[in-house]
Amino acid sequence: MKKKSGQSKISAVKVYFHYISIKIRCMMQYKKSFILTSLGQFLSSFNAFVGIFFLFRRFHSIAGYTYSDILLCYSVVLMEFSLAECIARGFDAFSRIVRQGMFDRVMTRPRNEILQVLGDNFEPTRLSKTVQAVIVFVYGTTHAGIDWNLLKVLSCLITIACGTAVFCGIFLINASFCFFTLEGLEVINIFTDGAREYGQYPIDVYGKRMTRFCTFVIPYTLVQLYPLKYITGKSDELILAFIPLAAALFLLPCYALWRLGVKKYKSSGS
Amino acid sequence: MIVVKNICKTYKVARRNAGFGEAVKAFFHRDYETVTALDNISFSINDGETVGYIGPNGAGKSTTIKILSGILTPDSGECLVDGRIPWKNRIEHVAKIGVVFGQRSQLWWDVPVTDSFELLKDIYSIPSEVYRKNRDELSELLDLGDIIRTPARQLSLGQRMRCELAASLLHSPDILFLDEPTIGLDAVSKIAVREFIVRLNSERKTTVILTTHDMQDIEAITKRIILIGKGKILLDGDINDISGNGDIDRAVADLYRSYEI
Repeated sequence: MKKKSGQSKISAVKVYFHYISIKIRCMMQYKKSFILTSLGQFLSSFNAFVGIFFLFRRFHSIAGYTYSDILLCYSVVLMEFSLAECIARGFDAFSRIVRQGMFDRVMTRPRNEILQVLGDNFEPTRLSKTVQAVIVFVYGTTHAGIDWNLLKVLSCLITIACGTAVFCGIFLINASFCFFTLEGLEVINIFTDGAREYGQYPIDVYGKRMTRFCTFVIPYTLVQLYPLKYITGKSDELILAFIPLAAALFLLPCYALWRLGVKKYKSSGS
Repeated sequence: MIVVKNICKTYKVARRNAGFGEAVKAFFHRDYETVTALDNISFSINDGETVGYIGPNGAGKSTTIKILSGILTPDSGECLVDGRIPWKNRIEHVAKIGVVFGQRSQLWWDVPVTDSFELLKDIYSIPSEVYRKNRDELSELLDLGDIIRTPARQLSLGQRMRCELAASLLHSPDILFLDEPTIGLDAVSKIAVREFIVRLNSERKTTVILTTHDMQDIEAITKRIILIGKGKILLDGDINDISGNGDIDRAVADLYRSYEI
């Protein structure tokens, strides 16, 4: 946007955090609801962790992966997913936004549509899931017996950031479909909630075809299987440490679909 | 200056008869009907003018407002608002207009109105001194006082509408679109809203485009009306020519009847 003299534009980042601050203020109006929802969110995905724990009390390896490998994998995927859910909640609730005509208001404000949808629908209670993910993550990474070094830490951070981007991308696809169908497509949940569940295990335990699909169609393996191979020391090819960056490219087609949806909205208005 | 030239807009509407069987049939094969919302609309509005845009439900009023405010793209035709094509450069365009939808709030429900104002300040990048001046001025004109420290959900409809008006004017827009701003308001609030709009127009020279079903709104606020029915502009002129100083509601009802809309 062109800058006018004497009037500087407030950055999108500042606006985003202002939205979040408003959402937290809104939440705090309803104290009990806030606490109970947070607690519920916290407990709901804990059972998966318990599942893995008991599974490995009986079996000591699955398809060549040890308890600590699975633990690391689970904690990384849970971290990616919960961050994405926290950030991209607006995409998840998008069919409601379109049907109730709230997208018209978005269109009459001089800011990027995605910024407004994400900011305005930020869910503070989802942060408790992230807190849980952090706990599991710290437990997982410290008990996985990994020989940490600077490069591995960096690779791990890149993996989480790009994995969050991949999940956000899937949420964005779901939102974009709302422009065409008005309802979100439940089938997309296979790729979000589903991925969180089956992503507990390195994808290649599901076989070759699945691995291929999860590499070239939706790049899950790039934010899970391959970088973790490097981090756990199963492979020392340096490219695996940075391969998650390629997964971030997944956002491009997702964004293109979104633009197409907005264009459709502008011509049909429903 | 708003110039609208030969704007056309059609929608596709899926129709079916009542009943479960029909619903199943429609699931596999849908009959679409093309509904013409706007049929070759042209008009122009000068800076600082107030215009009442009237017509029965479904005449195309909201569609026109949506096109002028950059939400919708028309099928064909031209439109320039202060030299901008609304649907081309959306962000640049909407920074300079204000829109109030009477039936939809733009305030954040659970926080005091003043929190919503602060967020709008950042969304519109309003410089602090301009923001403070506008907020204080609008608070005084609309008699907001303590109201802005109350959460929006606890306001009466009249109080909320006054806050909505203030919210849409914080960034000093050149043009204000009002879509049924007095719907559901009591007499006192209606008069307050009307008087405010008149004052806004005379003091700030803000162009005001108003849609309403309340003819007293029109009488109080504007001289010029544009009547639209079945997507066509039927009349564009002075309100006194229509009412002839008689009962305006009756005059408009007669008008609707004479055009068979």
